[in-house]
Amino acid sequence: MTYPENLKYTKEHEWVSVEGDTGTVGITYHAQKELGDIVYVDLPKLGAAVEAGKSFGSVESVKAVSDIYSPVTGEIVGINSLLAEAPEKLNEDPHGAAWLVKIKLASPAELDALLSAAEYEAYIGG
Amino acid sequence: MIRKVRTHVNQNEPLLFELSSPGKRAWQLPELDVPAVDAAEALGAGAVRDDIEGFPEVSEVEVIRHFTRLSTWNYGIDLGLFPLGSCTMKYNPRINEAVARIEGLAWAHPYQPESLSQGAMEIIAALEKRLGEIFGMDAVTLQPAAGAHGEYTGIMLIRKYLESQGNPRKTIIVPDAAHGTNPATAIMVGYEVLNLKSNDRGMVDPAALAAAVTSDTAAMMLTNPNTVGVFEQEIVKICAILHDKGAQVYMDGANMNALVGIARPGDFGVDVMHSNLHKTFSTPHGGGGPGAGAVGVRAHLEPFLPAPRLKRANGAWTWDYDRPRSIGRVRAFYGNFGVLVRALAYIMAHGGPGLRKATLDALLNANYVRARLEKHYQIAYDAPSMHECVFSDSKQAAHGVRTGDIAKRLIDYGFHPYTVSFPLIVSGALMIEPTETEPKQELDLFCDALISIAEEIEKDPEMVKHAPHLTRTTRVDEVMAARKPIVRWKPGPAGAKAAD
Repeated sequence: MTYPENLKYTKEHEWVSVEGDTGTVGITYHAQKELGDIVYVDLPKLGAAVEAGKSFGSVESVKAVSDIYSPVTGEIVGINSLLAEAPEKLNEDPHGAAWLVKIKLASPAELDALLSAAEYEAYIGG
Repeated sequence: MIRKVRTHVNQNEPLLFELSSPGKRAWQLPELDVPAVDAAEALGAGAVRDDIEGFPEVSEVEVIRHFTRLSTWNYGIDLGLFPLGSCTMKYNPRINEAVARIEGLAWAHPYQPESLSQGAMEIIAALEKRLGEIFGMDAVTLQPAAGAHGEYTGIMLIRKYLESQGNPRKTIIVPDAAHGTNPATAIMVGYEVLNLKSNDRGMVDPAALAAAVTSDTAAMMLTNPNTVGVFEQEIVKICAILHDKGAQVYMDGANMNALVGIARPGDFGVDVMHSNLHKTFSTPHGGGGPGAGAVGVRAHLEPFLPAPRLKRANGAWTWDYDRPRSIGRVRAFYGNFGVLVRALAYIMAHGGPGLRKATLDALLNANYVRARLEKHYQIAYDAPSMHECVFSDSKQAAHGVRTGDIAKRLIDYGFHPYTVSFPLIVSGALMIEPTETEPKQELDLFCDALISIAEEIEKDPEMVKHAPHLTRTTRVDEVMAARKPIVRWKPGPAGAKAAD
């Protein structure tokens, strides 16, 4: 698996891609692989405030329920409604169609603290 | 080689709904010899209904066979080793049950006057006293109805105490190896949770803890031995770090059965703890309870304990409701009394030396299993094991076989699976707690099964990945069951499919 270079990553295995002042957030290929078959995704409501490093939702697999930590601070401006009906998409396309939320960034400088694709690959490999 | 096999009747069983055919009855009544009463006239038409749609109609022998066959599908502690250990159900000596069925105890009612309840109150007092001695704590409440309820009570006590000091504080530190109930409890009592990473030996790192504790830290919730079955060897230092900053130490006593008679949490610095009586003091827990989560506290927390408290007055026991600083009741009446009777019976039947020996036997059994399996499965942490041992499936994962597959193959060998994929900090965890009562023969049978499975994985991983093979129902689609659960039987093709 190669990790897209246009994404930024966290050590908690989330990714974020930024367009303008909005970040799209998901979980990584590695995260879904470790979790196994995902059966339920719990996401925040539109308009909710999220904080970098704090949990904003959870994913439930047949093994466990895991928190999702926000890579950035801001406001939820989009939710992927696909996941309510088809949580398995998170296993199939975690870096694409199965994005979780869109966040309007409050402090874009936070992105600098996140990992690059190469750094993330080194982190999960080590 | 499979050495434990079924020899009894083993057949599939339809649902009662599917056995039904119209007109079958499991009862016969004589002809009516009094005037018939019209139900609609007597009760009002609105209170009367026609037949219940889809209600099964079966004969007596069909009912008897149906439930008897289902009962043979159980795997229980009375059939063999149960590697989930005390987390679910360990062996409960029969004497506990005999004592709990003594007429005066079994028929006692919480509304009996105190003058007629002195024996029951004496039992509660005697158990509080003994648990206080075992925990090294100054006072004990028996009100909480289960372990998580005990946690909730304990953290409420801490909050109330800190409020009385002027500041309830904001955060509770929970190690990443903790039971999920710990962070849930902290949130329920209004605290934020700070997750602390374990070190490479599966323990709390005092330096990391010292860096995390601030004047906002209300407490740390710590399980000792922790969930990987390892004793927190720096516990005295850990408690000192928290106390230096005015924070409290809560011990989740889920694994207290590894310490009884050997070490006392009160002596190593814990302020408040709970113990699940079903885990450590052998009370029944199968089928979800009832449980009991006794909570022990140091003297500074005693004024806040749930009311009422027992006290002696004029040579008799009485309930003291005049507890102005108490957090209040946490449970109706006085806790799950029947469970408390069994716990006291267990403690008294063993005595101090007997309880210590039970602990040592639990440790010996877990370490025997570890020693036999260590060559075949990767031990998660090289620190010494206490009452349970935790392996990772890393050796087997190299062949594509994971902990869940190994557990399912174990069913073919006639054993209940171990705890799968917990704790989460271990990749592909196999957690095994044999408990103190297992004889060496049974432990060997169990270890032989797991060793044989490890060999099967080397030769034919695909076979293990599709286990179980010898069960009535082979592998079910757990993912589909979670994603699209069918929770109700319905007549017709959909119902028939659900029952397959």
